[in-house]
Amino acid sequence: MSTSTLTRPTPPWRLRVRDGLVGLAEALTTPLVPGDYLDLISPLRAGADLRARIVSITSETADAATITLRPSRAWRGHRPGQYIRVGIDIDGVRNWRAYSLTHAPTADGTISITTKAIPEGKVSNHLVRDARPGTMVMLDQATGDFTLPAPLPEKVLFLTAGSGITPVMGMLRHYLGDLADVVHVHAAPTRSAVIFGGELRSYAAAGRIRFHEHHDDVDGILDLADLDRIVPDWHEREVWTCGPTGLLDAAEAHWAAAGLADRHHVERFRPTVIEPGEGGTVTFDRSARTIDADGGTPILDAGEDAGLLMPSGCRMGICFGCVVTLREGAVRDLRTGDLTIAEPGDDLPIQTCVNAAAGACHLDL
Amino acid sequence: MTLAPERPATAPTTPTRAVNSRLSVESATDRPQRAPKTSSSLPANPAAHLTPEQIEEIGRELDAIRAEVMDSRGAKDAAYIRKVIKTQRYLEMGSRAVLLFSGVKVKGFRPAWWLGTAGLSAAKILENMEIGHNVMHGQWDWMRDPKIHSTQWEWDNASPSKQWKHSHNELHHTFTNVLGRDNDLGYGILRVDEDQPWTLFYLFQPVWHVGNALLFEYGIAAYDLELGGYLAKRKRMSAEDKAAWRTEAMEVVAKVKRQVTRDYVVHPAMSLPTGSARTTITANLVANLVRNVWTNTVIICGHFPPGIAVFEKTSIEGETRGEWYLRQMLGSGNLTGSKAMHVMTGNLSHQIEHHLFPDMPSNRYAEIAPRIRDLMDRYDLPYVTGSLAKQSASVYWKVVQLSLPNKVEGRRRRDVVLKAARHFARTGNLGRRY
Repeated sequence: MSTSTLTRPTPPWRLRVRDGLVGLAEALTTPLVPGDYLDLISPLRAGADLRARIVSITSETADAATITLRPSRAWRGHRPGQYIRVGIDIDGVRNWRAYSLTHAPTADGTISITTKAIPEGKVSNHLVRDARPGTMVMLDQATGDFTLPAPLPEKVLFLTAGSGITPVMGMLRHYLGDLADVVHVHAAPTRSAVIFGGELRSYAAAGRIRFHEHHDDVDGILDLADLDRIVPDWHEREVWTCGPTGLLDAAEAHWAAAGLADRHHVERFRPTVIEPGEGGTVTFDRSARTIDADGGTPILDAGEDAGLLMPSGCRMGICFGCVVTLREGAVRDLRTGDLTIAEPGDDLPIQTCVNAAAGACHLDL
Repeated sequence: MTLAPERPATAPTTPTRAVNSRLSVESATDRPQRAPKTSSSLPANPAAHLTPEQIEEIGRELDAIRAEVMDSRGAKDAAYIRKVIKTQRYLEMGSRAVLLFSGVKVKGFRPAWWLGTAGLSAAKILENMEIGHNVMHGQWDWMRDPKIHSTQWEWDNASPSKQWKHSHNELHHTFTNVLGRDNDLGYGILRVDEDQPWTLFYLFQPVWHVGNALLFEYGIAAYDLELGGYLAKRKRMSAEDKAAWRTEAMEVVAKVKRQVTRDYVVHPAMSLPTGSARTTITANLVANLVRNVWTNTVIICGHFPPGIAVFEKTSIEGETRGEWYLRQMLGSGNLTGSKAMHVMTGNLSHQIEHHLFPDMPSNRYAEIAPRIRDLMDRYDLPYVTGSLAKQSASVYWKVVQLSLPNKVEGRRRRDVVLKAARHFARTGNLGRRY
């Protein structure tokens, strides 16, 4: 569809008519936009924001599930191995998390993510246990460069652990027929905890991949030195690694030591972990200034003391005139002690007059 | 929103627990006895009997109520505001669709006009009150939904949200009922307290009041722009300030233009095929008037009825959070009524609760109202409340009464008025003060 628009430009009169109609619709609906009304009727239509409806939730293991989504027409597709950010309302509050896409090519345009409920994981637990089909979620377009190149490499090694299997599953389901030689080494606590275990074992039984399962509870932690035994030709393979930070760090070191770092591709699930503390540096991204702020001073006052022009209002937390976007970091409400933590991409608006730094913060100011 | 650092760039960073005294219910220094100015309708200062310790205790109790409700915000609340927004949008769409046939007569009567006008009036009221006012207060910011957020919301009212948020959220809610700081006290055109000095201008305030009610959205826009102040001070203003004011004025003009075009040009034009253009114009006009009069009536009941206190400028210096709470309670009044009535007032019928916790979701005010009333009873503070009819009538009566100068022993009010009139005849000066 998009190609035809590129090669066959719309005649100008049609553009003018379309613009005229859009202008008319805007004049009819101001101060809202036509989309605000159309969203009530058809939230997944062309031109709507990128969002999706949960079609089904299928259990994979005791604590993992695949969530199938029907995205709105704004969905631009993905390359297998990429992830999407999903914004889902839990207890009325929107939470955004990144999940790898795991679906095979589908005829009906649905997409899938697979989630493992981690202890204390608000969103993952909600998705696996409480979410219901029919729920609307927000999406970002697929992103990430943990993908297979074209042409496909001849010999591939996938090295995964836990839920790190998800992006690899997305690749396997798309490229299995085209990949000549695949070895997949996967670590999980037990046999039953292996997400997609049945499907992978059936691929192995059919001779389409070599699948090596490592069960930590039985075999202990996977030692990469064992690769010489499990995959004797590992140094000849392009490798894609995804799993907990420990595995990623070890694998990077392992391939670097072999002088093969350029063959090693990693996907880091959680690039940053924000641990709230007391006070911290506050970086004003657009002003390119960084200041030290203690845990008892509102960011508004700390910024003003440093000579920055800060939006301000009542200075007591009621008027919302001082709201600034927290791009990353943690802040604490001086009235209640409540923490607000923004991971990169969250972009949370905060009131600077009642919040103090609780760790390094980046503000969009 | 102001962009003005209050301290020079060289000022040292002094780490203190609370930079603004209103961030804490306790005070670092001894607090003077609070003495709110009261209307003559009240026998004495309603808070004179409270000690600073009691005021701190009130502050702590209110903080606890706030924390309890704010911590329990959840899916039910989110579903509530989404439902109200959805209902309002369907109601507005439906009403406007019905108005496409507003000119069609059935037995000499235009049913579509009546139905559409009633629906559109209700939709506009909901949009301004329960949705717009409350969303722009940040009551729903906690949901982190950018479509229902104080920083993103624009409402169907002449005043652009940015300007309204400044004059309402910041000035009115921080300085509630402080003479000379809270311009909401009479909006600069009404004398609603004996302590506002009388001038000849106020002699005609019943007329100003009715006019303001009919044109309320434009009154608010002019007020948020501080139009009166600008006209009075423009000769003394710097070129920069003037340019800034003009930019804001142009924003208002542009917004008014869009709204007027929508209500009186585009929608009537859509009604042409059924010969309903003229009736669609009248329907929009009536809906706007109904909304204006309704919002004005609700809002004047929030702070102007008898029994509500006003405060001197000096009484709020170094004010603690507890004292601020106290001022909010004494400076606001509620309305009684049904659930539907509360929704149509944007829950400003719970003005006292709203002024204590302006960023609390409006659907929660009803549940805390008995606790606030109980607290005020325990501390022997007057919880002002009454029906819309009673409260608004009392305000209208007050507007009439206060159009005349205060009664002073040994001076006839007629002489004061005549003197002012002679002064006006001589100088053309109504003596209006800004």
